[in-house]
Amino acid sequence: MLTPPPPRTRADVAARLPDDQARAWFTEALADATRAATAREAPPAQAPPAPRPAWQLRFVTAGRHCGQDAADAVRALLLIEARADTETLTRLYREGSAAERRAVLLALPSLVDGPQATPLVDDALRTHDTRLIAAAVGPYAAAHLTPHAWRHAVLKCLFTGVPLTAVADLARRAAGDAELARMLAAHAAERTAAGRELSRDLRHALTLTGVPTEEP
Amino acid sequence: MRIFDPHIHMTSRTTDDYEAMYAAGVRAVVEPAFWLGQPRTSPASFFDYFDALLGWEPFRAAQYGIAHHCTLALNPKEANDPRCTPVLDELPRYLVKDSVVAVGEIGYDAMTPAEDTALAAQLQLAADHGLPALVHTPHRDKLAGLHRTLDVVRESALPVERTLLDHLNETTVAAAADSGCWLGFSVYPDTKMDTDRMVTVLRTFGTERILVNSAADWGRSDPLKTREVADAMLAAGFTDDDVDRVLWRNPVAFYGLSGRLRLDVPVPDALHEGNSVLRGGE
Repeated sequence: MLTPPPPRTRADVAARLPDDQARAWFTEALADATRAATAREAPPAQAPPAPRPAWQLRFVTAGRHCGQDAADAVRALLLIEARADTETLTRLYREGSAAERRAVLLALPSLVDGPQATPLVDDALRTHDTRLIAAAVGPYAAAHLTPHAWRHAVLKCLFTGVPLTAVADLARRAAGDAELARMLAAHAAERTAAGRELSRDLRHALTLTGVPTEEP
Repeated sequence: MRIFDPHIHMTSRTTDDYEAMYAAGVRAVVEPAFWLGQPRTSPASFFDYFDALLGWEPFRAAQYGIAHHCTLALNPKEANDPRCTPVLDELPRYLVKDSVVAVGEIGYDAMTPAEDTALAAQLQLAADHGLPALVHTPHRDKLAGLHRTLDVVRESALPVERTLLDHLNETTVAAAADSGCWLGFSVYPDTKMDTDRMVTVLRTFGTERILVNSAADWGRSDPLKTREVADAMLAAGFTDDDVDRVLWRNPVAFYGLSGRLRLDVPVPDALHEGNSVLRGGE
């Protein structure tokens, strides 16, 4: 569960739901999300503040209707189907449980082109919840985190036990990164000094930098 | 032996406690929102706390193989502080969350008009959200507090079968049992109930609708009291099935009224690399 799955298709997700009742709920939830996306294109029918769209309540309650195993994928698909903008994503993240926050992070690469949602990734990377950290280091982080923030994200994964397979585009961003190599070597030296083993992931990341360091 | 502690404030406890609880048989807990010892001064302080009960604390519990759910509410003590009461307006967006299995702890502390208002409003919120309610009975003037609590519950939209009266003792159990509510007992090292008195209550009132909890928090308390009660029940001649009913099936039945209880704990699979609860760098 620590390696976030790529966004799935409706059919994939529907096939993984526990029963027909969950599938019916999922179909209705997607229809709510589609309606919200379509309504946004039309002129506003009423003056703000408009009530919260129905799909957002579905987003919150997806776990108990679809089962926890499918909830990440269901929530991410609802966000994509509703074409949630950064403002909505930010609010749903801030008001969300850890599970809801994870879904927002997983949907970012499909919904946000620029760096404007990086504060959400930064927030997740400040936690020690490995499920949030793993969801935060996906393709959106690879595309938009600054070099400093991205290096700390890699190190945070090593510290908290998130497998580096969760880090999108690791090989490309690590290649030739002398500063990352220095940080990894320092981390390795600290572990060696404490008599602790070096993980395979740590050695692997050092290798990916392609920067020669003193063998710890 | 499987144990469900239906009332414990894990935010105030250490990972050693989680480890010892797992070893004693605890596989599920419910953490009610409560007073933190230091009075809060703004709604934002509650929101951070609620977020922790919906995020960090279940994560910590899962790392020790324990399912964690919560109950959320404005507690009776802080219902008296006008700086805190706006929390009531924001509760609806929290009460829809997947791991919220009741409204609570609500009830009385000093039996003030502000507490009347908060209790009635939150019983209505429970009814509106399809949730049961965890109602704390006051520590001072307990029997009068119980009667006043029952009056408000009976006037509310929430049926008694969806209400759990907690912190009961010998002076309040009879009236509480007559009401039709679920009956909760907190077993403490010095105050509230103790293990032997708890067994006596079970002998007198039977095992139906009775829940036993440690209510462990930041004060002198013991998260293993549930296991102690189980052992004392067996020593007193209760069967394994009786113990399972009181310490597992009854809490599952009560909080299961929410339709949101999930007792399979997905354990994060990265523990071979170290444990983030242990801060990393282990």
